[in-house]
Amino acid sequence: MSKMKELSKGLFKDNPIFVLMLGLCPVLGVSTQVSNAIGMSAGVMFVLLFSNMIISALRKFIPASIHIPAYIVVIASLVSFIQMVMHAFVPAVYASLGVYLPLIVVNCIILGRAEAFASKNTVVDSILDAIGMSVGFALGLTLLATIRELFGSGTITLFPMGSFSGVINIPWFYDNPIRVFSLAPGALLIMGLLKAFFDWNSSRKKDR
Amino acid sequence: MNKPSLTVSSSPHLHAKADTASIMWNVSIALAPATLWGVYAFGLRALLVLGVSIISALLCEYLLGKLHNESTLWDGSAFLTGLLVGLNMSPSVPLFIPFLASVFAIFIAKWVFGGLGANWANPALSGRVFVFFSFTTPMSSFVAPRTLAAAMPDALASATPLSFAKTAIAGGASGMNSSALLSASGYPATGFAQTIANATGFSAYNVDAFLGNVAGCIGEVSVLALLIGGIYMLATKIITWHIPVTYLLTVGVLSWIFGGIPAGLGIFAGSFFPSMFTGGLVLGALFMATDYVTSPITHKGQLIYALGCGFFTFLFRYFGSMPEAVSVSILLMNIITPTIDRYVIPRKFGDTKELRKKQKQEAKA
Repeated sequence: MSKMKELSKGLFKDNPIFVLMLGLCPVLGVSTQVSNAIGMSAGVMFVLLFSNMIISALRKFIPASIHIPAYIVVIASLVSFIQMVMHAFVPAVYASLGVYLPLIVVNCIILGRAEAFASKNTVVDSILDAIGMSVGFALGLTLLATIRELFGSGTITLFPMGSFSGVINIPWFYDNPIRVFSLAPGALLIMGLLKAFFDWNSSRKKDR
Repeated sequence: MNKPSLTVSSSPHLHAKADTASIMWNVSIALAPATLWGVYAFGLRALLVLGVSIISALLCEYLLGKLHNESTLWDGSAFLTGLLVGLNMSPSVPLFIPFLASVFAIFIAKWVFGGLGANWANPALSGRVFVFFSFTTPMSSFVAPRTLAAAMPDALASATPLSFAKTAIAGGASGMNSSALLSASGYPATGFAQTIANATGFSAYNVDAFLGNVAGCIGEVSVLALLIGGIYMLATKIITWHIPVTYLLTVGVLSWIFGGIPAGLGIFAGSFFPSMFTGGLVLGALFMATDYVTSPITHKGQLIYALGCGFFTFLFRYFGSMPEAVSVSILLMNIITPTIDRYVIPRKFGDTKELRKKQKQEAKA
């Protein structure tokens, strides 16, 4: 039961974006296209999974006084790895993620989970926590990006596969995009509305 | 906004008949001259835009009120918001734009923050800015008013005098003020304005801008009609002079001193009256900046607020790249309003400097 809880808490109860509000900088920055959001989520998922695993395995070995630099070394190595992989295999996503990809190093979700969870729990629990958190992050980011791209540009950009170009045009919005949503204010607006919605939803559950 | 009929509070007790509904409907009445002129000048299309924005605002208010078990439909605030949204539209916009603006104004700017009285920004202005930055092209293409349509060359018809002058200056025109620029390019003026111009020495374009014979948003074109509404609001004590007068004068004075610089005329060469009577400034200063909820409570605070509005309007209008000076600067000052209210605290009754000094000394001793 408790193992299940470690896994599911990241999805809704402690969703990293809408409840913990961690790592918002890349969330606001890359959520203009669905494909970017998926690429970013994949990067975070990989780094979070392995950093949680390695750090929880080394938790008795890392001296408390230098634990943050030690975590950063682990995370930075993983980020360099994923960066090279993305550059080699998905250059388009690599180019559009730009600076946000190396910035995963200082992403609060990863450091936050390392500090708050992996450094105190077993490897299995940490892996479950990482999976839950990164899936929650991916869902939140993709939701935000879908709304922003749908209203802001009238398209949904996925990855090109075979004859499919990867871009779905939404009939009315493609001709009349509500541009604000693809600009910076739109990111904050949608973010705030979704946060308000989730807060309202959870407070409603509590009242019952 | 239902208050219990018996309220227990400390003195002083002031009694007035005014309530939310009477104020909102009175402001709507004050907007009637400008609305009528807009409909006359731009035809039935303008009426359609106004209708869509008002009906969608009322509908949105009704549905959200139903969700909260609160009936605020007839307090006039939603009607006024819808009316202001409509008056801030170009008469030629596609009809989904006023709809989106009204829904944004009522839902996002007002209800999300807790309904009337809890909104931090003027709903109508937020709605306008939202659609402006989303649909910039339809929002900034205008049509010539009925009085000028025959004389207006097609190339000029879609620009307001303000945006026209700005484009010309950005294109390298220098050494001319906006009236000279307009006349050099053949911008038409009505015969009536020409007659007055010959008699008084004002530029015919400025007379036209004052009367409302220019291209622009439905409600902003006629300064005369707006001023009639403003005087009505002053006479019925809905607003005080502090915000509109300070706002207009700040823009006028700053434009007179520095407004000539982008046109290459040097300082003290800008225009005083025309700068106050063009664009959406009068509509903004009288009806948007004076919104009770989003402007400071004290008169001193209102002066600071209006000075800020004026300063930013001047800055955006002459040195900014977007044609949205008035809306953006009022929204900016809306954000600062709580801060102004926190630091500008009125003097307590019976409080003097000497008294405070004495209290300080006593506290020390």
